[in-house]
Amino acid sequence: MDPQTQTRPSASRRSVLAFVAGLPITAATLSACGSSGPGSAESSGGGGTGASFWTLSGKPQEDIRQQAADEFNEAHSDTPIEVTLFQNDAYKQKVKTALGAGQAPTILWGWGGGGLKSWVDAGQVEDLTSFFDENGDLKDKIFPAAFGAATVDDTVYALPCETVTPIVLYWNKAVFDQVGVQPPQSWSDILDLVPAFNDKGIAPFSLGGQSRWTNMMWLEFLFDRIGGPEVFQAVFDGEKDAWSNPDAIKALTEMQKLIEMNGFVKGFASITADSNADQALLYTGKAAMMLHGAWTYGGMKNDGGDFVSGGNLGYMNFPAVEGGKGDPSNSVGNPAQYLSISSKASDEEKKAAMTFLAESQFTESIQQAWIDSGNIPVAQGSDALIGDGEDADWLKFQYDIASNANSFVQSWDQALPPAQAEVLLDNIAKLFQMSIGPEEFATNLNAVIGT
Amino acid sequence: MSAASGTASDAPSVTRRGGTRPGALWWLAVPALLFFTVFGVLPLLGVVGLSFARWNGIGAITPGGLSAWRAVLGDPGLAHSIWVTFEIMAVSWLVQTPASILLGTFLAGPQRYRAFLAVLYVVPLLLSSAAIAVTWKALLDPNFGLGAGLGWDLLSQNWLGEGALAVGVVIFIVSWQFVPFHALIYQGGVRQIPRSLYEAAEIDGAGRVRQFFSITLPQLKYTVITSSTLMVVGSLTFFDLIFVLTAGGPGDATRVLAVEMYQTGFLGNQMGPASAIAVIIVFSGLVIAQVLRRLGGRDPSASELEGM
Repeated sequence: MDPQTQTRPSASRRSVLAFVAGLPITAATLSACGSSGPGSAESSGGGGTGASFWTLSGKPQEDIRQQAADEFNEAHSDTPIEVTLFQNDAYKQKVKTALGAGQAPTILWGWGGGGLKSWVDAGQVEDLTSFFDENGDLKDKIFPAAFGAATVDDTVYALPCETVTPIVLYWNKAVFDQVGVQPPQSWSDILDLVPAFNDKGIAPFSLGGQSRWTNMMWLEFLFDRIGGPEVFQAVFDGEKDAWSNPDAIKALTEMQKLIEMNGFVKGFASITADSNADQALLYTGKAAMMLHGAWTYGGMKNDGGDFVSGGNLGYMNFPAVEGGKGDPSNSVGNPAQYLSISSKASDEEKKAAMTFLAESQFTESIQQAWIDSGNIPVAQGSDALIGDGEDADWLKFQYDIASNANSFVQSWDQALPPAQAEVLLDNIAKLFQMSIGPEEFATNLNAVIGT
Repeated sequence: MSAASGTASDAPSVTRRGGTRPGALWWLAVPALLFFTVFGVLPLLGVVGLSFARWNGIGAITPGGLSAWRAVLGDPGLAHSIWVTFEIMAVSWLVQTPASILLGTFLAGPQRYRAFLAVLYVVPLLLSSAAIAVTWKALLDPNFGLGAGLGWDLLSQNWLGEGALAVGVVIFIVSWQFVPFHALIYQGGVRQIPRSLYEAAEIDGAGRVRQFFSITLPQLKYTVITSSTLMVVGSLTFFDLIFVLTAGGPGDATRVLAVEMYQTGFLGNQMGPASAIAVIIVFSGLVIAQVLRRLGGRDPSASELEGM
């Protein structure tokens, strides 16, 4: 499937196209795991010493995941890792059911944050503190910011792995030339650009608003730039009335200002990110800019004709807001993907799984494979592997964002527990519909803090 | 089930008059009863039980007393969802019923071109709701849809991006999808009306319109009730179409009870409150079905053909 189904769980959790198109695949994987799925139960009884590993399907990621397991199995033929791939939508439900039924695999792939916390609260995953004590080199290799979403109550429960995907501001260079304006350096530049594009009949910003988390990316940046990462951290920590922070209210007010100015494409509330229509608006020149995840680069490169290869795609980090407290080098997005180990597995399985976690994810060939797929591994110094291919500038840009960010906030809906995330997304949709104001937004969300 | 229920209203009267001894063949009902119990009643009891529990879908199920019900009933979102559900139910009934009766009467005629048209009308019935929703969503897209493609500004409205318009679009698509089905039911109903009634009316000098209102419509009374029950109870469980088309949006403008239940249970991981919503849906469906049955008269097995 599309790259974003790998990096954006919520994208495809709600992905209708994937939902529809993926049913046959899901059925196939589900039936496949009928035999191989409950591997932990089987192998613990049968004396096998390998471990089962559930992860997501989808090219090119599944090939790299499989490659990591294959390389590991070659070196450890006595403790093979058995990979089962799941289509994204099916995965969340499947894991939930498997954990509830005590049929979980030994190694669980996940998005960290609130989802990981629900596994931890249910006592389903292993504390990895001693694992990282033993593998200090590994710990030092990974971007420090990636550990936030792997940590619950100051204890690390997952290995950050795979790729870091920041949210970036894309712009269409051809459209900017046509209108004769410069890319924004600040929030007030953004507000100034809106009428300039609207006058020419071009939407200033593309947005797939029906997906809701797409709108959320805007708030993540505005909260950070205006109030710094502490504002959302307070929400995350469950502080009372954290959403009523004056900086939060200011960010929400600025957000609605942009919406009222028609900053977003007409009909954004009915556009889904899963259909990639939001990307299409940018590369067809119907919209001038788009705030979106780094995973959309591949989609625009594939679908946009010569848009990317012809050098028309510009990208930058989200600009500063005048007078804001946040560091403009901060970023938001998906700090990494995460591997956890089931606490219900046998000791042998756990041992095999620990070895897999320690040895398989950051080999040079795996890092190179991620880079060749257009992604940045969550490893320090992985920029040395970028080379000078056609995507080299883009990869360097991503690496710089990831390695320079003082704060890399995980997407809010991943960071918060699911019940709270749902209320958040719901109210964000209403905020973008202008059916509630900043104060009401804050009140509604304060009500569910800490739940 | 569809075609059968179209004529079900007068079926019981026939068997009763035929003098079947009640209870003689009771064991014929056992397989159906068994299935209904295992796949209908037991899960329903499970849902009622879950609505008094706390469960996030992963951990242990713990008793929660009335907390789920309090959370659901205290949530302004529930009142909104009920309102949206009944709004869509009522308006789509008002749109579908006249259209289906007229179309059904039209299709009941013996002309061959009508038989041909009847086949065409059934096409939406052959499509899955998800496919219909994906197609309409693409057609209605303000930037890449039909309106933008043809350059017609009238068609490039923000169809699914504005609350009132989105509700209208949902009702329109629901009607588009289900009018042919109900037209089929009415076609069957109209064909059951004895010719002799029309012949008598013709002799008395009644025109077509008069015949329609004085004979066809009163004779369709039980068909109307059957079709309305299917429509109204069916619209309580609309999920697939709306979920794919708008996902309950924009904001919560089209968030019907079934979507609310899904979001609470499967996105919010709150199975207790989601089960409480499910119970509300089941209860509403039962009450509405009962009310419609009562509307049909005191004796539901009475025949429209009394005295014929």
